[in-house]
Amino acid sequence: MDRLSRLFQEKQQDILNIYFTAGYPNLQDTETIIHSLEKSGVDLIEIGMPYSDPMADGPTIQESGDAALANGMTLEILFDQITAVRKKSDVPLIMMGYFNQMMQYGELRFLKKCKEVGVDGLILPDLPLEVYETEYKALFEEMGLHIIFLITPQTPDARIHKIDSLSSPFIYMVSNAAITGAKVGISDTQISYFERIQKMGLQNPRLIGFGISNYKTYRTACDYSSGAIIGSAFIKALKDAGNLEERIEDFVSSVKGTALHATNTTD
Amino acid sequence: MTYEVNPNGFYGEFGGAYIPEMLFPNIEELRQKYLDFMYDSAFQKEFQQLLKDYVGRPSPLYLAKRLSKHYNTNIYLKREDLNHTGAHKINNTIGQILMAQRLGKKRIIAETGAGQHGVATATVCALMGLECIVYMGAVDIERQAPNVSRMKMLGAKVVPANSGSKTLKDATNEAIRDWINHPNDTHYIIGSVVGPHPYPDMVARFQAVISEEMKWQLNEQTGRENPDIIIACVGGGSNAAGAFYHYLKDTDVRLVAVEAAGMGIHSGESAATSVLGTKGIIHGSRTLLMQTEDGQIIEPYSLSAGLDYPGIGPLHAHLIDTKRAEAVSITDAEALEAAFFLSKQEGIIPALESAHAFAALDKIKFSNQDVIVINLSGRGDKDLGTYIKYLDQYG
Repeated sequence: MDRLSRLFQEKQQDILNIYFTAGYPNLQDTETIIHSLEKSGVDLIEIGMPYSDPMADGPTIQESGDAALANGMTLEILFDQITAVRKKSDVPLIMMGYFNQMMQYGELRFLKKCKEVGVDGLILPDLPLEVYETEYKALFEEMGLHIIFLITPQTPDARIHKIDSLSSPFIYMVSNAAITGAKVGISDTQISYFERIQKMGLQNPRLIGFGISNYKTYRTACDYSSGAIIGSAFIKALKDAGNLEERIEDFVSSVKGTALHATNTTD
Repeated sequence: MTYEVNPNGFYGEFGGAYIPEMLFPNIEELRQKYLDFMYDSAFQKEFQQLLKDYVGRPSPLYLAKRLSKHYNTNIYLKREDLNHTGAHKINNTIGQILMAQRLGKKRIIAETGAGQHGVATATVCALMGLECIVYMGAVDIERQAPNVSRMKMLGAKVVPANSGSKTLKDATNEAIRDWINHPNDTHYIIGSVVGPHPYPDMVARFQAVISEEMKWQLNEQTGRENPDIIIACVGGGSNAAGAFYHYLKDTDVRLVAVEAAGMGIHSGESAATSVLGTKGIIHGSRTLLMQTEDGQIIEPYSLSAGLDYPGIGPLHAHLIDTKRAEAVSITDAEALEAAFFLSKQEGIIPALESAHAFAALDKIKFSNQDVIVINLSGRGDKDLGTYIKYLDQYG
């Protein structure tokens, strides 16, 4: 069984998925970030491939992407870094990026390379479900790579069921109508959406992302799903001064509530 | 060969809707309804009435005698510069504001580069009493100040796009993000034949009024509907799409798409997408765009803000790819020269974008028998600041 499937088989609750942009804050930080996240008890890591025009992302992630590109990050460099990471780590890794990046690398070549370096799955927000199903599904399956699709509060039920049949081993549940990093806190409207999805009896577990930034929002997300995805808040934490590994450990423990000051970080 | 969009939104291999799930409900609703709305008789009646009484259509087709004499041929100008707000952009915004009303949307967003589409959007929002938010690159806000003031006077809110290179591409990204954040009450009026399906087709159909009029106007003036050559500038490509639309199947008509070569095609400061572009995805559409090997989108350059876009609409990518249209690249200097020349020859100061189309006359072959139509897509008032700088050099 692959790393990603195993995680979801072994753990159904409180899964913490952290996103970071590869090449930020520095070109060579990828290994340090992944190892520190793993050491801090993060279950799943989403590696952002920096992109010039990330239309589903907010300003925090876009700025980190611009900085990463200015640092010289490329897909080749990133694949080399992941190869190095895999010599020491078995943590599940997902790559997140835009379809044009995969297209320019060459779709087949890209998927082969992902498999070769030890990537477990992909999130490509602008690859439409229908295009995936007709053009790429067979290829992903042949390569043994997962693809994770998103649902939002506006996604119609029939479409959610279709997404459920194509996404694996989880569904990325966008918490609100928003780009990443746009909103803070979770509202009653969102709670009723979480409950609605919970009752749909989907085969895939869900991880809730967008607007999850701290202990409180992480706990709420865990109450209504198998866990949460944090991106922008983590990128912001990387901006702070000090030792990178310590900052990462502090951030993760504050989210998980294992730090002494956890009870104070409620906003 | 077909030049119409297929049900999935493709022209040949170009087009489609490569959008995040967050945009799916809005795009899908539009895709399902746009043709029914557009060809509904009440819609058409209102659209045609507004084009006539508010925009001032039909725009004249004018035989440019002195220009024709200079080039020893027969040159007609399709005078989109005489439309209300000074360019072809209003044809599309009138159509889309009627669409937005029928979709029940209360809030309108748009992107703008030079500000022409922003002004045309602010205008129709004022006309219909709808809230209007225009995203504009912070750099463009600086260099197109008069249009920013126009939009504000018309009641629109102009929001600076501070991400990336702070120009049209980034304004478009910001508008898309706004739409993601406002999935229920908002319609996005895209200004060109770009973006996810059905936008390229919808905008082309609204702009098609240009070639529809050309057919009967040419027939009146020359006794035949078809010219030998149509020349139009292409940024995203909406004025060209409108000028070519009813001639796409008439292969006896040569279609010339004129791009901005900026400081020179291979100078590193260019927007000549047909030469420099490769197949990829920009703003939800599979088309030709300027990008690195890694798929990062390259910032284009042209002195003309309206042609300063790193992609072209999927229809144009298809027309160029299948050789139905020929692409010509014109530098800043050639466009400026053409703008000053037209001003003195015909008493018409063209928009800098449209001046690129006139400069193409020096690049293509034609005979003294040919009938050539140049789509004069906009007037030059907005470019006066630029023209004044070059008055000593070209004037």
